[in-house]
Amino acid sequence: MDDVSTMLPGSLAVAESAASEVFVVELAEYSGPLDLLLTLIRDEQIDIYDIPIARIAEQFLARISSLKLDEAADYLEMAARLVRIKAQTLLPRREGEDLWDDPRAELVRRLLEYQQVREVVDVLERRSEDRRRRFARAYSQQVVQIPVAGKLSLSLPELLSAVDRVLRLARKPHIHDIVPRALDVDGAIGIVRALLAIRARAQWKDILPKKAEPWEVLSLLLALLELAKRGELRLVQPHAFAAFEITRDSSSEAA
Amino acid sequence: MTPLAKLLEAALFASATPVPEAALRAMAAHADDAETTLESALDELRIHYDTDGHGVELIAVAGGWQILTRPEYTEAIERAQLAARPQRLSTAALETLAIIAYRQPIGRSEIEEIRGVGAGAILKSLHERGLIDVVGRGEGLGRPLLYGTTPSFLEQFALRHLEELPRADELAIALRAPRQATPPGGVPAPATKDNGEAPRRAD
Repeated sequence: MDDVSTMLPGSLAVAESAASEVFVVELAEYSGPLDLLLTLIRDEQIDIYDIPIARIAEQFLARISSLKLDEAADYLEMAARLVRIKAQTLLPRREGEDLWDDPRAELVRRLLEYQQVREVVDVLERRSEDRRRRFARAYSQQVVQIPVAGKLSLSLPELLSAVDRVLRLARKPHIHDIVPRALDVDGAIGIVRALLAIRARAQWKDILPKKAEPWEVLSLLLALLELAKRGELRLVQPHAFAAFEITRDSSSEAA
Repeated sequence: MTPLAKLLEAALFASATPVPEAALRAMAAHADDAETTLESALDELRIHYDTDGHGVELIAVAGGWQILTRPEYTEAIERAQLAARPQRLSTAALETLAIIAYRQPIGRSEIEEIRGVGAGAILKSLHERGLIDVVGRGEGLGRPLLYGTTPSFLEQFALRHLEELPRADELAIALRAPRQATPPGGVPAPATKDNGEAPRRAD
């Protein structure tokens, strides 16, 4: 039950809030004991700073019993308060006691404070009524709210298990593995050097094993280019598409 | 209309909620219309709607701007079931909202003290409506939740900002110092705090 927007005219609206386990008693005429009290004061045209507490207390009690509100704790509490203030005003005072604290002072303060709240309510009511009569474009009963990520309060294990869940969901079906095979350029350089130590010249096919794997071909090619750059050998191709010759570069050796 | 006024009109039309002034300013900065300022363009648009006979008007609200239908067409629009007025808030809810608007951040017990009634269910309902939000926790026992109003509150009450509400001392009944009950200056008398004690007697 939406207690904010529900106003049953002339009847008692009782809403039980499961969360706070309090009864909300709301009468259409009065929004609370202070409201009822203020209404009585206004109806009787009483000076708020000089409330005839005995009269008001009686009227308050009469009103809540006629409204069957006498079981509502908030109203009962106010009734008890009024009766106590009444008793306090009846206590005898000494002669010439100027600094007597008026037992009604706290009640007056609260009533004035509440009166201010009511004045603001009037302002809010006017403004809300004005706004309710205007529609924005694309007005809809359900306000579409773009979800905004709130502050996370997670423990590390919770976060890790969430990551784990996501990763498990995101794991793709296994199709094919590409295993990177490291090229062994250094090894190939060793082979070429060893060969050139024995022979002054050689051919590509002399160095390459018979059933060479692609990585071996690539390693050898890179080794040859590397050694040529360092000046340890020379690569010569007599004509287009001919097998190139690998020659030991003696000039660099001499140098 | 100037190019900037037309651009702003399009932007405001496209949005269902008030467009923050900062967003409009950013659009104006990127517009080719260097001669018109944002303020003059908004003015121009507002006057255009007000004087040239339009069904909508330009409203400044919640730190931004919004195009809204004119109130004279509310009934016709509702009859056609194109839109419906939101539900009114009860007096109790408005009281609670008023207290929060003036005293924020404020805890539940203070609200209950001012109103003299339990506030739990109303706070929950106002929160669900997006009018208030928890803005922090107070000191003291149990570190109570403190509530404040939201931008949606400003929007639903056609307020540009909170300062548009009347100041406390502008209200008709200010906390004047009542005869002998409170000391001058409007500070409530602490001597008679309702704690069940009889008034002090001078000895």
